[in-house]
Order: sequence, then C-alpha cells, then structure tokens
Amino acid sequence: MLEQEKIFAEIDVNYISRVRMEKNVWKIDAEGMHYKELNNLLRLISSNGAERIEIYNVCGQRYIGTDLETDKQIDIYGTPGNDLGAFMNGPKIVVHGNAQDGCGNTMNDGQIVVHGQAGDITGHSIRGGKIFVRDDVGYRVGIHMKEYQRRVPTIVIGGTAGDFLAEYMAGGIVLVLGLTLAEGEHCKARFVGTGMHGGVIYERDDILELGKGTKISEIGKRDLHVIEGLVREYCEYFGVDYETVMNGTFHKIVPISKRPYENLYSH
Amino acid sequence: MRNLTSLNNPFNDDKDFAGCSIFGMMNLEGKRFSSRDPVRAIANMHERGNGLGGGFAVYGIYPDFKDYYAFHIMYLSRDAKEKTDRILAGSFNIIYDEEMQTRPANVRDPPLVWRYFVQPKQRRLENQTEDDYVTERVMRINTETGKAFVFSSGKNMGVFKGVGYPEDIADFFCLEDYQGYLWTVHGRFPTNTPGWWGGAHPFNILDWTVVHNGELSSYGINRRYLEMYGYKCTMQTDTEVLAYAVDLLMRRQHLPIEIVAKIFAAPLWSEIDAMESEQQRLHRVLRQTYGSLLMNGPFSIVVAHHGEMIGLTDRIKLRPLVAGTRGDFLYLSSEEAAMRLVSPTLDKFWHPRGGEPVVGRLRSEPKVEVLASVEA
Repeated sequence: MLEQEKIFAEIDVNYISRVRMEKNVWKIDAEGMHYKELNNLLRLISSNGAERIEIYNVCGQRYIGTDLETDKQIDIYGTPGNDLGAFMNGPKIVVHGNAQDGCGNTMNDGQIVVHGQAGDITGHSIRGGKIFVRDDVGYRVGIHMKEYQRRVPTIVIGGTAGDFLAEYMAGGIVLVLGLTLAEGEHCKARFVGTGMHGGVIYERDDILELGKGTKISEIGKRDLHVIEGLVREYCEYFGVDYETVMNGTFHKIVPISKRPYENLYSH
Repeated sequence: MRNLTSLNNPFNDDKDFAGCSIFGMMNLEGKRFSSRDPVRAIANMHERGNGLGGGFAVYGIYPDFKDYYAFHIMYLSRDAKEKTDRILAGSFNIIYDEEMQTRPANVRDPPLVWRYFVQPKQRRLENQTEDDYVTERVMRINTETGKAFVFSSGKNMGVFKGVGYPEDIADFFCLEDYQGYLWTVHGRFPTNTPGWWGGAHPFNILDWTVVHNGELSSYGINRRYLEMYGYKCTMQTDTEVLAYAVDLLMRRQHLPIEIVAKIFAAPLWSEIDAMESEQQRLHRVLRQTYGSLLMNGPFSIVVAHHGEMIGLTDRIKLRPLVAGTRGDFLYLSSEEAAMRLVSPTLDKFWHPRGGEPVVGRLRSEPKVEVLASVEA
C-alpha cells in the first residue's frame, strides 16, 4: 500500500481526483486532459511498478504510452490521438475503438491491439513489437519498417490497406487478411511495397496489386508457421474463427532486389 | 527574477509540432445549429495549430438579409475605410452596415471589422451577372488601398477569421450568437507565409469558402492562371487560389465536383495510361485544359458553398482527412477524435481515398442525394 500512497503523493493536485486504483488496476479518467499531463501520469504510475492501467474518455491525446518500458497492459477507451505508442519499448496497448494516424511510430518493442481501424502511417519505421488491427488501415502503413537480428516487427491487418503499404520496407512482416473485403473484391491499394528492399508481405488470397520492384511467390513451411502463429493471435484478440481465416491461399510478396535504387543516380 | 520558462514551457520543448487542423460539420436537412460543437471540435485539435490563425465559415446565418450580399471587411487603417466606403457607395445600395460585434479576447492586434449588407446598383451592372459584378468589386477593394480586405462576400453566410487559436477567434467574434446549418473551421500553422488577419482561413469569394491543411507548391502557376480570369491574389498565402479556382470552375464554368476533383488532384499519368479509352480521353483533356489548376503538393481541404460541403485530399493523401455521418449530420475532420468529441457514436466512419471527394448535399435541393463516394 505504501507504494501506492507514494504515487498518489506525486500526482499533480489537479489530476489526483482522476486516478483510482481498484484490484491492482490503475484507472485514469482522461477527459479534457492534455497529452503531456496524461503521459506524465503514465510514466509516474508505470515507473512504480503498475501492471495494468485503464484509461477512459480518451479523445485525441497524442503519444500515449510513448517511451514506456517494461511489460504491462494499458487499455484505452475512446479515440487515442496521433502517434499512439511512439517509441514504446515493451508494454501492450489495447485500443477499444479506432486508432488515429502514426500508431506505433518507431516502436521498439511491445504490442498494440486495435479493436477497429487504424489511420495513415500505422507502424511507421517500426523496429520491433507487433501491431494487430482488426479492420482497415490507412495509407503508408509499415513505411520504412526494419528488422535487426531477432528483432522482427510485425503488422497484422485484418481488413484492407491504403496505398503505399510497406513502402521502402527494409525488414519485418506485414500480413494482410482482407476480411472486410467482399468475395472476389481486391484491396484498392496502389504502389504496394514500392522501394521495398527487405522483409516480407503476406496476403490472404490474391488481394494486393504488386508495386514496382516486388515479386510474388509461394509460401514455404516456415512462412506457413509464421502465418499460423499470427492468425491464431489475431483470432484470439478479436474473437474470429481461426479455421475460417486459414481457409484461404496465402502468398508472399518479397523485393526483387536488396538495392532497388542502386542505379537511380548513375548511368 | 523568476525563471518564467519553467512555467510556460515545463517540458522544455524546443520545437513546434504542428500541422493545420480542419473541421467541417453540416446538417443535411438544413437545420441550423450553434457554434458549440464546431468550436469544441477544433479546440480538441489545438495541438495542430500554433495560434497564428483560426477561422470559421458559417452558412445560413443571416436569414433576415438573405437576399443581400453580406460583406465582412477588415480595415487596417481608418483611411482605408473612408476610401472603401466611397467605392461601396458608388457600386452598391447599402442596406445596412455596422461594426461587427467583437469582444476583447486572446487574439493578436485585431483590425477594425465591419459588416455591410449590400445590393448591386442595377444601372451599373450592364451585361455582368450580379455575382461577377460583386467579384470584380471585391478584387478592386482588396487591391486598391492595401489596407482594406473583404474577407467574406456571400449571401446568407459569413467568414470570421483572424490571428489567434480558432477557439479564441470564436470568442472574439462572439460566435455563440450565430446559427448555421454548415460550419467549416480551421486552425492554422503557417509554414512559409505570414500569420496575419487576412491570411487566416477560410478563404472566400461570394459564398465559396475553402479551409486547407497542407501547402500548394503550384501557387505561382495557379495564381497566374486565375489572374487571366480577373482574380487577384492579395492575401499573401497559397490557399487563396483554391477559393478562386472553385469559384471559376464550379460557379462560372458549372463543372461538377467529381470533375473538379480530377483537375485539382489529377490521377498520375501512369494511372491514366491504364484507364479505358473513354476515361483516358477525358483525363487527358482535363490535364491539357486545366493543367495550370492542378494543385501540386500535399493538401486536404474542405470546400463549401450554399447547400454543399466537399472534402478532398491530394491524390496520394499526404494530409489527413476522415469522414463520418450521424443522423442528418456529415462530419469531415483532420482527426477522428474531434468528430467523436461532438458525436461519440457515428453511423458511418471512414478514411476517404486520396483524390476522391466526399460530398454532402442538402436533401431539400432539387438534386437530392447524400454523399457520393462512401466506400466503407
């Protein structure tokens, strides 16, 4: 109990009535709160060992969860603002609603699970961790994502994506399930994987139109293993039937070259 | 002395993080509503602006004077008012005029703002339409003194704008006293043009208004093209050309928004090449005829005039725009949260594709249809 009292003593007097602790869950009412105050609160609470945090009445506050470390779960009710979980390094964020632009921007580790849609540049430059979006995502998702050794960032999109999906992708995994598409309908995204030079995009059925410099190929055993794991996780989060999702043909899209622009400025 | 930095800037920011914010809200049945929701919505995106501009366009606000052109004019000097009054008296019957109601608010150096309800003098019209006549006079006032600017010139609508955050501009102009069925709002983060009163959005000519997030690198070409049609750019910022371009294409040349969208945000040549031959011909002709009105650079805009609100982004969607509907309302916004603040539940919410317009039309108009490009 002493720990908790210590935290309460440090909370800004203006916001003390907004914070409650029930059954080991910290609850914050964020209505009208500025994002800097909210993130300050989150830093304070999480640096004192909180394991579960729930934030209510979120409405456009930016950078929620930014630079937080360690393993904990943050549930967000409402609409979080841009750059949700930017530079985050460990926690799991569950959004009960839609995410705006830049969700998971340059995230290093952790998870973001969105029960709805996510906006443009979701997973921009993501370097590790996983993002699961139940429905559609906006433009330029996974742009500049990269991997290093065992750190492989992953974005799973339940619906469809906008243009420039995985543009300049250098590493990691993007999986597009297309569950919001009608039978035989294709994803409208143009320029998928343009400038891609590493990583892999998996698609369920033939829904993506390939951008320049990419090629499509059959999946192997290892690919299937990865896909199965991700689909299982997706189905668990969103209560979707695993067999139905797996009942499709998966392909993989990979770059033709590791240096697509090698000769751009030379003759 | 106390170090004020720690009070004003407790987080030691050394940089402004921003982009403009736009918001539009329309009642498709034409029912009027107060400034409450538009102001709350734009204030929720406070972070996007930096206090160097904010403004509102409101439709349906002067029902008692709906047959007269309502001019809102800002005067940077008393002298300019005298000169302008002479032009107005010579060209128009002035039905009523007054200093606009304002109150002290957190805005920077407010000019004198005056409202006139006017009617063109019939004997002076000659072969011109009233709209063309008014446009010409507005251009004349805006260029004549350099100190007087007509920032609103439509019928039964009005633009309110200035230097400050939009919520402060609303406060300054006492917007809680006005009701309209269509509101568009802008919070500004000027990138490379001055933050002055005339440079705030919305930009207006007649009842056409534009709010814009982004920048038009094609401004020079657009401006020279529009000058051939008598439009003079005086507001020192890029967005102005958009207001005149919609007036030229939609009012004067009667082009539908679906075509205008393809002029402003033309498909890439590679896409045109892949089209069916009829479509290909249309798009080639558009690009050849209206190449100078291609809006190059990132943009998301909300265009409005009586009976219609239109949202559009550039063809590769370099600026944000989301749309939603709830009952009789259509919302357009830079961020979803602003929309959810005024309407937590939405019947439909979607991310419009780049270059594809979202159109809301009054249902009572002859061509009744709500909203074209809904894809979700």
